[in-house]
Amino acid sequence: MPISESATPLKPTALTFQELLFRLQAFWAERGCILQQPYDVEVGAGTMAPETFLRVQGPKPYRVGYAQPSRRPADGRYGENPNRLFRHTQFQLILKPPPVNVQELYLKSLEAIGIDLSKHDLKFEEDNWEGPTVGAWGVGWQVMLDGLEITQFTYFQQCGGLDLDPICSELTYGLERIAGFLQDVDSIYDIVWARDPETGAEVTYGDVRLTEELQYSVYNFESADVEKLWEHFRLYEAEAQALLAQANALLAKEDATAAEKRRFPLLSTYELALKCSNLFNLLDARGAISVTERVGMIGRIRTLAVGAAKVYAAQQVIA
Amino acid sequence: MADFLLEIGLEEVPARMIAGAEAELGRRVNELLTRERLLGAAAKVTTYSTPRRLAVLVEDVLASQADIEEQLTGPSWKVSFKDDAPTAAAEAFAKKAGVPVSALQKVTNAKGEYVGATVKRQGRITSELLASELPKEVLGLYWAKNMYWRAGKPERFVRPLRWLVALLDAAVVPLEIAGIKAGNASRGHRILHGESAVVIDAPKSYSEKLRGAFVAVNVTERRESIRKALDAATRTVAGARWREDEALIETVVHLTEWPTVLLGNFEPEYLALPEEVLVTVMRDHQKYFAVEGADKKLAPHFLTVLNTQVDAEGEAIIRHGNARVLRARFKDAQFFWEFDQKIPLAERVESLKNVTFQKELGSYHWKTQGNLAVAKALAATVQAAGVVLDEAALLKAVELAKTDLTAELVKEFTELQGVIGGLYAQAQGLGETVGKAIYSQYLPASIEDAIPETVEGQLLGLADRIQTIVAMFGIGSAPTGSKDPFALRRAANSIVKILAESGLPLHLSNVLDASAAEGANKDQVAAFLGERLNFYLKDVRGFAYDVVNAVLAAGADDVRDAIARAEALTAARQSDDFAAISAAFKRIKNILRQAEEKGFGLQAASGIVLSPEAQQLADAAGLLAPEVAALRKLRFYGQALEAIATLRPVVDAFFDKVMVLDPDPALRGAHLALIDQVLREFSGIADFSEIVTA
Repeated sequence: MPISESATPLKPTALTFQELLFRLQAFWAERGCILQQPYDVEVGAGTMAPETFLRVQGPKPYRVGYAQPSRRPADGRYGENPNRLFRHTQFQLILKPPPVNVQELYLKSLEAIGIDLSKHDLKFEEDNWEGPTVGAWGVGWQVMLDGLEITQFTYFQQCGGLDLDPICSELTYGLERIAGFLQDVDSIYDIVWARDPETGAEVTYGDVRLTEELQYSVYNFESADVEKLWEHFRLYEAEAQALLAQANALLAKEDATAAEKRRFPLLSTYELALKCSNLFNLLDARGAISVTERVGMIGRIRTLAVGAAKVYAAQQVIA
Repeated sequence: MADFLLEIGLEEVPARMIAGAEAELGRRVNELLTRERLLGAAAKVTTYSTPRRLAVLVEDVLASQADIEEQLTGPSWKVSFKDDAPTAAAEAFAKKAGVPVSALQKVTNAKGEYVGATVKRQGRITSELLASELPKEVLGLYWAKNMYWRAGKPERFVRPLRWLVALLDAAVVPLEIAGIKAGNASRGHRILHGESAVVIDAPKSYSEKLRGAFVAVNVTERRESIRKALDAATRTVAGARWREDEALIETVVHLTEWPTVLLGNFEPEYLALPEEVLVTVMRDHQKYFAVEGADKKLAPHFLTVLNTQVDAEGEAIIRHGNARVLRARFKDAQFFWEFDQKIPLAERVESLKNVTFQKELGSYHWKTQGNLAVAKALAATVQAAGVVLDEAALLKAVELAKTDLTAELVKEFTELQGVIGGLYAQAQGLGETVGKAIYSQYLPASIEDAIPETVEGQLLGLADRIQTIVAMFGIGSAPTGSKDPFALRRAANSIVKILAESGLPLHLSNVLDASAAEGANKDQVAAFLGERLNFYLKDVRGFAYDVVNAVLAAGADDVRDAIARAEALTAARQSDDFAAISAAFKRIKNILRQAEEKGFGLQAASGIVLSPEAQQLADAAGLLAPEVAALRKLRFYGQALEAIATLRPVVDAFFDKVMVLDPDPALRGAHLALIDQVLREFSGIADFSEIVTA
């Protein structure tokens, strides 16, 4: 053989899945970020959670980090594929506005999770992000570590169809990928989630999540009732539309007070749009959406998301 | 004499945009310095770039502009001086010009006497001039995609600007761009050097100072070092070579500041996957170079270009990490390949009904039916002309051509559409002819690309494209200006190229006749194909525009024949005799047009005594016409054109001595009939009047 593979180049003491999250949270908390809990409504990505989608609107500076379980029904593989998940975890970070040394801070965060950069190959490769269902786009990079994409780094330019000012940077760490990399395992399910400090007993990602992957794949691909899904979609959409109509009427009303405008339940309205987005993903996984319908559906969700963003932005600048 | 250095420090610029920006920056700085008269006699401009910086070094820059003298002219002398004493007008002019009244002179020009002043204009200091002019140049750089980053969004650029170095010799040029003030502090490699500043003491030491900070700023040098390192790493495997890939080299050159190369391995079992899939994963997804053995077959190794330099432990870690990613991707591909085999292509035809081709037109099932009809008609045409082909295999290939759109592997590797269908067809025992036709249906993908090798592949490619073009024109989606969202121009270019480079006995009209086009739609597409033929001859084959116009005016249907005529005409036009003939033909056309405007008729020359020169032309043309026709028929275009050129003496004599539009209607009619005949009989190869003569 021309090249000998070193047997175990990575230390067996690599961070567990939960330690990885702790370290990232601690690192960014020390740099002035609010730590939020995962958003408790189904989302396809951390970007969709209001802590990103809505907070990036308006002029107020904000720094927040949170781990966001992200559902992609069509990506489920019944727990059989070692690299693909229905639900993966993103550590999502929003820095608004971005500090001038944002890239250097990011590299330090990698060191904080035990990556000795002097022993690795790191590249920032162009990768621009676009989310047509939420009227958002930005430019940035995929961060490649030894050939593995570990982070999506985006400077948001537009969100909810609105131009942003200030711009913010969004860093999305793929936790499963990074943990698999640190622990050098070939299957996500072999990732050590936690290790008992006293006994050394390990709980794996598979122990925690395999059943969920299997059962949700069955539901998403086989059991979900397509008619009911459509019905749910229509109901959520109708309520969201009605609320948006009320919001716009209220904002346009000349004698409405600032307090009245501020108490309008925009956050709940946006949540209804998120429900629609998840239902759309479920319908898609069930193969219930034709290519022609797809474009129309994306447009309907976009209308709700963009409508919510506009109302939110307007509420931010009410005197 | 001084040296000037500008370095723009950026967050990582997309690799695809760097080379263009580096060249543009060099050009802009050079133009600015030239415009401002700041370049010395030995001036030299050198540019540099890495993902994090664009730089330009100019040697031999003047420290300031030379002073210039300017002559200003003021009011008339009479108004300015009364009895040799200056008036208020003279004083106002002197003040404006900045000279004492005593320095005013009398200037005499065509209009009279005026007061004048010689003004010395001091040249601007280079440093100040650059500080005021360079920011515009830098912010004016073109980027395919821009972004905002600062609050209030004052400027757009490709990525945030983070530092600036601007030096005129050792002195900092007081520039400010996007809120960043220039200094002498550059930055080194992110990891190998870290965050401490790299002080540039003099412009010429730029590349050496950065080399000390693990940044190779010279692109050519990085390209060479990557090639050498690829060679060296490949030599560790006996008999192996890395697959040349210029585009990938350019990408990695612009992704690295300090490149090194590592060879890694993958499990030989994955070599059972098609090479196309393996290479796509390595090249497109991972930016790895593929390695082949002495037998030219893919070997279980890959080469990755790192943006760092590491010790042996680091090498082991990085090699292991890359191999791990590659293995996962190969495993996925293998899974999809096996999964796809569960449903053979033949069973996927129905499911094409669920794949939209175009909303207003229909599904890929509809498209396939359309393609089948065109392919049948094309097959009949070429078979009638004696071409041997496997019609059953062709129709099978057309039927299955789009079925791989439903395959998981194509969803994963969309760029392999067609290729994967072809591989599946072969794996499913449909035979090599079917497989190859499906495999190569999208060839040529670009104008540089080769055409499909087999007749069946060529016919499938023609059928698919003409069906698309005719259908899209039918719903009003023809390309307009720069807009061609369905890449119909590319599709038509491919049709022209297949007709040009295959041996198929097909003209553009045969291809169009095989399609469903009728009426206005057909006329539109015919004109469109003609445009594309024109483009092909000019831009791809490089024929002069007047040659192309001349050739196409005489026939634009048979692509290969048009090329042969253009070649002959390009060679023939070099001779003086031919140039004279071209000029004469232009004259003939003009005269005939005038005659038509004036209502002058053509008339047979019978019973009319022509002048000797007219008779000689008639005789010579009459003698030559059958010879030229015979040569044309044999496609001996060069000889035919030479023969036509021999008409020159009689043509020249005719125009010298004969008044074509003679007052005598009979004589005039005979002259017109004669030149009209000459024009018609000798314009079959090309319309010579289109040739531009000096």
